[in-house]
Amino acid sequence: MKIIACIKQVPDSEAKVRAEGGQVTWGDAPLVINPFDEYAVEGALQQKEAHGGTVTALCIGPESAKEALKHALAMGADEAVLVSGSALNEIDSVGAARVLAAAIQKIGGADMVVFGRQTLDNGSGLTTAQTARVLGWPLLGLAGQIKVQDGSVTIERVIEEGRVTVSAKMPVVLSVVQSIGEPRYPSFMGIRKASKANIPVWSLADLGMSAPAPVVKRIELMNPPVNETKIEMITGETPEEIAKTLVDKIIAEKVL
Amino acid sequence: MDFSLSPEHEMTRKMVRDFVQKEIAPVIKEYDRKQEPIPFMLKRMGELGILGLPFPVRYGGQGMDYLAWGLACEELEAVDTSLRVVMSVHTGLCAMSVFQWGTEEQKRKFLVPLAKGEKIGCGAFTEPGMGSDVAAMRTSAKRDGDFYILNGEKMWISLASKADLALVTAKTDLSSPKPSSALSSFIVDLHSAGVKRGDLHGKLGVRAGSTGWISFTDVRVPVENRLGEEGEGFKITMSAFDHGRYTVASGAAGIIRACLEASVKYAKTRTTFGKPIAEHQLIQEKIAKMSQDYEIARLLYYQAGWLKNQGKRCTRETSFAKKFATEASFSAANEAIQIHGAYGYSDEYDVERYLRNARGAMIYEGSSEIQTLIQAGYALGERMDKPLRCEAPAYDAEFWQGEP
Repeated sequence: MKIIACIKQVPDSEAKVRAEGGQVTWGDAPLVINPFDEYAVEGALQQKEAHGGTVTALCIGPESAKEALKHALAMGADEAVLVSGSALNEIDSVGAARVLAAAIQKIGGADMVVFGRQTLDNGSGLTTAQTARVLGWPLLGLAGQIKVQDGSVTIERVIEEGRVTVSAKMPVVLSVVQSIGEPRYPSFMGIRKASKANIPVWSLADLGMSAPAPVVKRIELMNPPVNETKIEMITGETPEEIAKTLVDKIIAEKVL
Repeated sequence: MDFSLSPEHEMTRKMVRDFVQKEIAPVIKEYDRKQEPIPFMLKRMGELGILGLPFPVRYGGQGMDYLAWGLACEELEAVDTSLRVVMSVHTGLCAMSVFQWGTEEQKRKFLVPLAKGEKIGCGAFTEPGMGSDVAAMRTSAKRDGDFYILNGEKMWISLASKADLALVTAKTDLSSPKPSSALSSFIVDLHSAGVKRGDLHGKLGVRAGSTGWISFTDVRVPVENRLGEEGEGFKITMSAFDHGRYTVASGAAGIIRACLEASVKYAKTRTTFGKPIAEHQLIQEKIAKMSQDYEIARLLYYQAGWLKNQGKRCTRETSFAKKFATEASFSAANEAIQIHGAYGYSDEYDVERYLRNARGAMIYEGSSEIQTLIQAGYALGERMDKPLRCEAPAYDAEFWQGEP
């Protein structure tokens, strides 16, 4: 089975992300594989182990995103491909979907393309569905379990009211959630392989396309308002007096 | 000169860090309080390949180099010393000694299961009445045909109650005037008849670590379990300490880093006299010292790791690294408590555990005083490294990473 895991490199979840001059900045915080995408790699590897085949990790990003791909290789992915170029800096999720679909076709197609549920930076969670749409493949979203049988993929999705089981013929596009299983740590053999890996870098020209014009524009980027907290110690001669002052203040502040 | 770490080293560090942060950090306080080892710790370290990290793939290891081993120890001890101790006694004292001194047959029989984590090893040298004073060793191994009959007691042995195999040093020549030629080393199956063992409690630190005693009463050890030649036990034990001390040094660098990170975090959020304590110069002095000590400790163990990779003896450099880092880690933990004030004195924060854990390493694997004597010996020209019959193998990527 040919499986592609789509991943992204994002700032570490502990980074302090701020808006500065209309741009996002995370200072010198490290960049890591999107934590949700580690589940995508884990889900892909589980399917490879169950049915044989290969897992290719695919990423759009700058040269530094090779580190995220190396993490996927160290976890056990067989191949990795980076799509890179300055024209890709401003693409929106539709553009990313078009580029990913073209890269998937250039890889030679797949039986299954696996995404994480969303990215930690943009967090729209749209790219999975848009990639499925561009490829014209069925989408099986938010899979907690994946089963492959007779050329079909069946997934189980947990919803508020219970569970939904849906199925589609391969090739399919999937997104997975945490219940797929904790992502494995890189193995030392994987680390050695990843550190020596020569990851191919494809440009848009290699994919035979020009930069997709964004259809969604970011108008404004703002930091959340800072909450000013004030501490006031309530004192009094007796507990009753303190309680009365407290109640008066709570009512005055319209907390109750 | 290149001080940068390779991508392999960086990824090894991150992998071990992720493991301890995700699986050990959330539970360590509970087990430290209970004075019990974390039950899944050895199994997980084995499954992840950490126990066999610095051994060739053909011997069941992961084919990483000595520096990667040190980096792993730093990450493990930055969360808790009990994990690094496993790397010292299982990987360092026991398995590494088999790798250095063992015959091909012994490597197949003992090193492979140790490196795979299928068997756990420990090093049994210290006795109730003897530590640094090797001449006072009482455990004896008397030859009887194809066996040695082992009698004696070992104490303060890490993993005593958990291990399957122990590297045991014992006297084979009771009449030898020279203690260094009276000793021999054995790989002893701790499930043999005549072996008794138990845990010791009430330690100041490393409370989630397993420490105990082992007694041998007429234990029959096959001759093929003797490591090296008869009378080579002193050299084997000393070279085992070179490996063990390297792990202690690199681990202690991890404690310094943990103290530094905890202190920086606390100092930036805790305010006194209207400003974060990080802005007070006396606090800055403590943090600067920790930062400097971490850098020195790190560079000293990197140097030892590099020398080991080259296959060069580094008893002297390892001694520098061990003494400096263990003493600096105790000092860093002490100052980290001072920075945390009363909170640091309680186990609400980790720094009191760092202090308790750091103290032992100034005693075990060659006390600070023994390290001083070693260093003085080299400086005065009274001590020189003589070639060993079996030197620790240099790191050869092709051989280490090659399949059997």
